[in-house]
Amino acid sequence: MQLLEYAIRGIPTGCVFALLAVGLVLTYKTSGVFNLAYAGQAYVSAIVYYELRKELEWPLVAAGVVSILVVAPLIGLLLERVLFRYLRSAGSMAKLVTSLGLLIAIPEIAKLVFGSETRKNPPPLWWVRRTDEWLWPEGATFVLDAGQVATIVSTLVVVVGLVILFRSTNLGLRMRAVVESPRLAELSGVDSERVSMAAWMLSSVLAGLAGVLIAPLFASLNPFDLFTLLVAALAATVFGGLSSIPLTFVGGILLGVLQAVLAGTLPTDSVLTNGLRPSLPFVVLFLLLLFRPGLRSTRELVDPLATVDAPPPPPVVRARPQWVATSARVFGVVVSLVALLVSWFALDQYWLGLAISGLVLSVTMMSLIVVVGMGGMLSLCQAALAAIGAFALAQVVEASGAPVVVGLVVGILVAAAVGALLAVPVVRLDGVYLALATLAFALMFQSIFVPLSWVSGGAVPISVPRPVIGPLDLSDDRYFLVFVVVCVIATALVVIRLREGTTGRFLQALQTSDVAAASIGIDGPRARVVAFTIAAGIAGFGGGLAAIDLGQASYEASFPYIIGLVWVALLVSAGARSIQAAVLSGLFFFLFPALLDKLFAFPGNWVETNPDAPSWVASIADTIQPTWAQSVAFILFGIGAITYAKHPEGSIEAQTTASVNALVRRVEARNAAREPARVGGPGTGGTTP
Amino acid sequence: MSDALLSATGVTKRYAGIVALQGVSLQVHAGEFAAVIGPNGAGKSTLFDCLTGVQRPDRGQVTFDGRPVDSLKPAARARAGMARTFQRIELFGGMTVLDHLIVADRARTRRGGLLADVLTGSHPSSEELDRCATVLELLGLEEWAERPAESLSLGKGRLVELARALVCEPKLLFLDEPSSGLDRHETDEMGHALQRVQREHGIAILLIEHDVPLVQRLAERISVLDYGELIASGPTEEVLSNQKVRVAYLGGST
Amino acid sequence: MTVPVLELDHVDAAYGPFRALFDVSLRVDPGEAVALVGANGAGKSTIARVASGLLPPTSGSVLVDGADLSGQAPFRYARAGIAHAPEGRSTFASLTVTENLELAFRSARPKRDVAADLTEAFTLFPKLGERREQLAGTLSGGEQRMLALARVLVLRPRLLVADELSLGLAPIVTADVYRVLGRVRDAGTALLVVEQHLDHALALADRVVVLQQGEVTFDGPPEQLGDLSTTVLLPAGSPSRADPTDAAATDAAATDGGAT
Repeated sequence: MQLLEYAIRGIPTGCVFALLAVGLVLTYKTSGVFNLAYAGQAYVSAIVYYELRKELEWPLVAAGVVSILVVAPLIGLLLERVLFRYLRSAGSMAKLVTSLGLLIAIPEIAKLVFGSETRKNPPPLWWVRRTDEWLWPEGATFVLDAGQVATIVSTLVVVVGLVILFRSTNLGLRMRAVVESPRLAELSGVDSERVSMAAWMLSSVLAGLAGVLIAPLFASLNPFDLFTLLVAALAATVFGGLSSIPLTFVGGILLGVLQAVLAGTLPTDSVLTNGLRPSLPFVVLFLLLLFRPGLRSTRELVDPLATVDAPPPPPVVRARPQWVATSARVFGVVVSLVALLVSWFALDQYWLGLAISGLVLSVTMMSLIVVVGMGGMLSLCQAALAAIGAFALAQVVEASGAPVVVGLVVGILVAAAVGALLAVPVVRLDGVYLALATLAFALMFQSIFVPLSWVSGGAVPISVPRPVIGPLDLSDDRYFLVFVVVCVIATALVVIRLREGTTGRFLQALQTSDVAAASIGIDGPRARVVAFTIAAGIAGFGGGLAAIDLGQASYEASFPYIIGLVWVALLVSAGARSIQAAVLSGLFFFLFPALLDKLFAFPGNWVETNPDAPSWVASIADTIQPTWAQSVAFILFGIGAITYAKHPEGSIEAQTTASVNALVRRVEARNAAREPARVGGPGTGGTTP
Repeated sequence: MSDALLSATGVTKRYAGIVALQGVSLQVHAGEFAAVIGPNGAGKSTLFDCLTGVQRPDRGQVTFDGRPVDSLKPAARARAGMARTFQRIELFGGMTVLDHLIVADRARTRRGGLLADVLTGSHPSSEELDRCATVLELLGLEEWAERPAESLSLGKGRLVELARALVCEPKLLFLDEPSSGLDRHETDEMGHALQRVQREHGIAILLIEHDVPLVQRLAERISVLDYGELIASGPTEEVLSNQKVRVAYLGGST
Repeated sequence: MTVPVLELDHVDAAYGPFRALFDVSLRVDPGEAVALVGANGAGKSTIARVASGLLPPTSGSVLVDGADLSGQAPFRYARAGIAHAPEGRSTFASLTVTENLELAFRSARPKRDVAADLTEAFTLFPKLGERREQLAGTLSGGEQRMLALARVLVLRPRLLVADELSLGLAPIVTADVYRVLGRVRDAGTALLVVEQHLDHALALADRVVVLQQGEVTFDGPPEQLGDLSTTVLLPAGSPSRADPTDAAATDAAATDGGAT
């Protein structure tokens, strides 16, 4: 009986999971986007509701209507008009990366618009100020508070409404048709544009509703708490096979009940319980992804009319003339040397430190090249693997007093081993599911393993000394810079060799066609496990270097999973196969916010030193906050990822290709002025005679 | 029985209650040109999938080159000497025609692993390039070697698939509707290529095809599938004049 | 002089940088059956797409029943009476047979009695009636074409653009499809038939249009085609001509694979 009571206590939480999960299923069914940015959309409505209800003290209905039924659908409409309508025929991977970019950008935009101060005690969607001001039934041992009642009622209404929408309305039928093929739907007389807009507005309303309802669960409004909850709710989404609304609802309720029962029955003091309770949804998500029957066989439906669009540029343009390759290499070496000399002599401690951190990060970015760019697997757990490398290094050095360099090697090996173990089940999953499984792993790692002292050393991070190599003491940042540069070059060489060698060729074949690769004897799962493992090793290396750089192996400071998502967005938008992209995006990640910080602080500083400045300058200085720097940087990182759909090869790669092609064309035109112009493909350098 | 290169016995496959294949037995001898025809939905592609290992049959055995291959995955069957092309063309993105062949050659020779990649860079060797050049020449693709696969017409794309399969030095080629979507000229080109492959190189071919004149010209033996069952099998002309086949497949119009 | 149900007036069309049609003019009169023939890459499917609004012309205009619809969304063409059965898969794999039909019936203008339409469709095609709750993606290639045609027979559009309906079909099924096309024509719907197999197309057509490399090179009754029929299907041999419509043919070939 005790058990039943625990179970009932789980239902309100279950409704929260169900509400989020059902909204995701709706978005997926009606737009084909696995919308991670759903959390961002929810966050915006939650902020608007907070501001209206708490700051401006609007009545409940007005605040609710504006935040959920006005602001939310407008956001949905905006996203559809400026972004997703161009992605209707894009692959699920491009859509996922786009939503990842939005997830990063939207909350920061909201912070710019509404201010980034902490918003404590979000108000419930009920006629009271705080959730515990209204309890039901009064005086009973088990009561529901205002927030819970609002959530349960809304969830039931939403689920019933959606079931009716899809079972028996014209709009539901049209939405399902449009998501499969907007053009085929048009041929049946359906106005796809309008249906698609309606779908986005509807799903955005659900996101807004979820955001407003869920906000009171947290002490203060924070987009990443919402996102973590969303990932937890993914277990219910996967339970419903990404398509069934009723099953998803059941999955959400079961998840809440399971969590409550575990919380009630497990001993409260064991390490296992403390780790398992919050991480239960992630464990369930991970297991469901691996074992739910039918998930692997659901193939992505391809729009039969996608070919009406102009063909996208091929992901790799090979066959650059030799002289271009050679001069590019020389140019790269010269630029790097100059940069190194400038850093050595001209940079102060602050900027030198940031440059070093950026280069260290570029090693981890290269692990993404191997797994995402070459392997075609959108791994969202490289930060966790980097953390594993850092922890292994720190533990070995602390326990045995081994040299730090030995610790680095141990870190690589441990990370690679964990990567291999993870890869064996995970590589069998398709695109989106693989991304979700790695995300679940990252969150499991964060909530179960990071708190353990044998992993991270516990609450206080283990410190890691800078190594001394021969006569060079790397605690001098300039010597450390050289060491890091050597590490980056070594990693880059390995990655380039793998990319151009048999490993890379096999992986590239597998990226476009599994069956064709198998038909010539390539063992797909094996090749992917190898790629994943190598990437994990490189991430471990990058993590170890980051620990040495910082002087300690700190999960909080260096490797939170959300930061890992930003890395993915950044690298993928710069060019998932390109070494330059990895190095530049690593540097960019650290230098760009710092530069913006200086820029935004400049007007204020200038006014301070020039008291007689005109008033309009002072007002500008007042408006521009240095705290904008982080927001603006993240928004740009996010927007970068949004461009992925247009340039799957990455912006840097696209730029390079464009300029190389222009150069090649100019030279060829000069060499062969008498020959009539050819219509041939870009940069192929003509056909062999 | 024992001299058959490929021998399938009693292959049965069901999906969700629908019987796709019912006890199909089929043999292909070394160096022969055989074809499978049948109406849409008769189970031809499922049969191919079961023979090449893409799907596991519910019942039945497949032996190839004298040994059972039932437990082998598609990649392993490919290395044992089965190669195939696809009804929906399956080329590798971002690769030139030559790259396709080099990848296939590497998969066959197992040259270049991780260590070799990192230490040597695994550039194409002159022997590899020679082998690929031979196949390109056989199919008249020399001019297209450096072109990205995305820029090829469907006809050329199908030839590249064939070339990729040939580099694997197969004993048996599975061809899934190689003339589908091709115009008359391209179909002729494909037919000549297939004839050369079989006659000059002694590679056995098993063909699925709807183009009856093409099948008539190429195949020595035909098996006819209808509703998952083998309704006729034998020399081409004999089978095509079979009354049952005319009713089920040709509809008397050809 | 009758107003043509479809008229392409000096139309150019392109896929991104690839030009596919060069100054094509073409008209289809009410009730007329026109066969469009040519080699792969000649631009046949492109004309079909321009005719149904899927691909807006880069210059020139498309008139449906005398009204200029150039650049409008395809659903306007559909509502104006152009039905297009695109090459390859032309049904929604994730919807049931009934839902596929309902979608078209409910979107037709003026409003129609959907229940009566469904009954009529299943009477015309009893095979589809047996599978009404089955997902269209699980139908065989031939049944999918019949589903696409059922819609047309019930709605009686002004023009059916039939793009390579026999692609990937067994001879017996192809014959069936052409029997149905004959019924479509007899019911008064004009036809624009894109076809690889000349014999089928010519048997059905009142007029033949030959396309070569994106240009119309012959337009007249089938009898006058003469020796041309053997040469028109030869493509341009140059490797520098890449035509993305070929990729469409690839997709088309794929759809039957799912069903068998």
